[in-house]
Amino acid sequence: MYYIGIDIGSTASKVCVLPPEDGKPEEIMRCEVLPTGWSSKVTSASIKEKLEPYLNSDEGSKTVATGYGRISVDYADKVITEISCHARGGYELAGQNCSVIDIGGQDTKFISVRNGKAIDFLMNDKCAAGTGKFIEVMANRLGVDIADMFALAQEGHDNGSPVSISSLCTVFAESEVINYMGEGKDKEDLAAGIIQSVALKVATLVQRRELQDYVILTGGLSQSRFLASLLSNELNAEVHPMDNGRFAGALGAALLAKEKL
Amino acid sequence: MADYREMWKELGMDVETHDDLCAVLPQAIGDVFLSQKNRPEKMDYFDFVIAEVHGVRPAELKKFREEGGKVFGTFCTYVPDEIIFAAGGISTGLCAGSQFWVPGGEQVLPPNVCPLIKASVGARLTRTCPFFRLADIYIGETTCDGKKKAYEILGEDVPMYIMDLPQMKRPEDVDKWAGEIKKLLVKAEEVTGNKVTVAALKENIHMINEKRKALMRLYKLRQNPVVPISGTDVLLISQIAYYDDPTRFTQKVNELCDELDERVANGVSVVPEGNKRILVSGTPMAVPNWKMHNIIETSGATVVCEETCTGTRYFENLVDESGETLDELIHALAERYMKINCACFTPNSGRIDDIRRLAKDYKADGIIDIHLKFCTTYDVEEYFVEREMKKDGTPFLEIETDYTDSDTQQLKTRVEAFIEMLS
Repeated sequence: MYYIGIDIGSTASKVCVLPPEDGKPEEIMRCEVLPTGWSSKVTSASIKEKLEPYLNSDEGSKTVATGYGRISVDYADKVITEISCHARGGYELAGQNCSVIDIGGQDTKFISVRNGKAIDFLMNDKCAAGTGKFIEVMANRLGVDIADMFALAQEGHDNGSPVSISSLCTVFAESEVINYMGEGKDKEDLAAGIIQSVALKVATLVQRRELQDYVILTGGLSQSRFLASLLSNELNAEVHPMDNGRFAGALGAALLAKEKL
Repeated sequence: MADYREMWKELGMDVETHDDLCAVLPQAIGDVFLSQKNRPEKMDYFDFVIAEVHGVRPAELKKFREEGGKVFGTFCTYVPDEIIFAAGGISTGLCAGSQFWVPGGEQVLPPNVCPLIKASVGARLTRTCPFFRLADIYIGETTCDGKKKAYEILGEDVPMYIMDLPQMKRPEDVDKWAGEIKKLLVKAEEVTGNKVTVAALKENIHMINEKRKALMRLYKLRQNPVVPISGTDVLLISQIAYYDDPTRFTQKVNELCDELDERVANGVSVVPEGNKRILVSGTPMAVPNWKMHNIIETSGATVVCEETCTGTRYFENLVDESGETLDELIHALAERYMKINCACFTPNSGRIDDIRRLAKDYKADGIIDIHLKFCTTYDVEEYFVEREMKKDGTPFLEIETDYTDSDTQQLKTRVEAFIEMLS
């Protein structure tokens, strides 16, 4: 039996297939990421094509879909929210009870995880500040991609001269950045200020709850050591970056397919 | 809805714009209510009342006015209907619950005012709600800042009378509220031209108590492990309570409860066994705001109780009927109404006690605290509610939302995740 997790996020879609016998994380057979694009229906169909060998295999398969586009995965055996999937996947990646900070394309989640299950969670609901969308908009404004944005930010941070971005709203923060650009501020200092402001927003959300002893980062920015260190500073607790953190939702979905179906 | 265009025109309504609202209502009622499985038959009355919301009851009010009666529009559970009915008037709730009216409200109000206030002001100013046209006078109250200031704006378009609600619950505050109720009585006499007698007040206190008892009976039925009626249906009933004829409403609720008694006896539940039981707390859900109940109940959980103004705050505690003078009866009214625990009071720890008690009585698996955007009092108070419920080990979810559908998917994710967490 193949256990398949499909996480259709607002920006990227992730797929995880666990091997037939025993799916330990180091044996993850296949993890893939592709852009969600304009339609999660189209994305889900193209994922289905890629998964044909598993879906049609004699071994049989069980599929759990998660993420904002979860409903569009009409071939899934079950849909489970990304909260539960990130909890399960995050627990697997952390190897212990933990707090999961998931910075997604459209929202940021904070999940307290015990034994692979969410026992409490929070999501940002006021606006896009403190989400991947914010960084995307700002990178666009600075004319760089996300990877360059982080490289620049690290530089600005190391120079000790980040520009502080105070606006709470993505739209106003963009105007603020435009003002600073007009004043001739350095790109790396602006980039540092932008990432710093995301860390601050995320920390403000997280501080409404008690942290578990072990804290991990999941989602598209989870491999960033820089972001993890900024968050660690804001929270006074070590936040662990996760190289496979963006697959936490898909991995969790695959594991839940195995355990719950 | 049947054709009431002539009446709407006579009421000075903007009938063309109002048609847009009428056009979406049947679909909404179908999606939210009629699509539910295994509903009690006696919901047919309430289905009819909501389907004809801008027709049947407004026609009754119009006739009442043509015969010389006066209609009082109210916005709050603290305003005692008993006084208005005792003066020979009719009281009708005016709080508005549709995004349809929000842009009209935003023409005169800042965008960061709660949608209930914006919609209520919009419904009046855009002339697209018959109830707002039919009220001879609006009775406001000093609950939150947004309402207080909005009443000043409404007061330029319609006669407005404001009751000064205390914001603390000391004995002198109850006395003060009794004084305010007395002033309302004088005002009601002036508007209707009728004297309020002891007998009339006693009779109407009894009438409204009977209505409360019917709602208590309905809610008590939801405490059963067998859930005989959906939360969405009960929400509709609570909303209709604000504007229907009280005596008829009481009778219809009791008829429904007779059916529900049988359901409970026969183990007939509207939901699959094992569905999680949710206590909703927070801000009022004015008609036709069914958003959160619909999301919760289509996500595999059941709302078993509402600690809201369209829920327990509306009917808990009866008024002592034993008084023999106007003053005694008025004081009894003040005592009952001051037991309502609204976040506009400080401190408001009684509300925490209420939620704790309701969670236990209704065997709630979790609490979803829902407040309207820009409702500062409930938003701030959520801090205590959440802390105290978690102390009890009761799973808790906070939701802030408005009347738009823009956040439906996010809310669905949150609610579904919460239900997964309870499983």
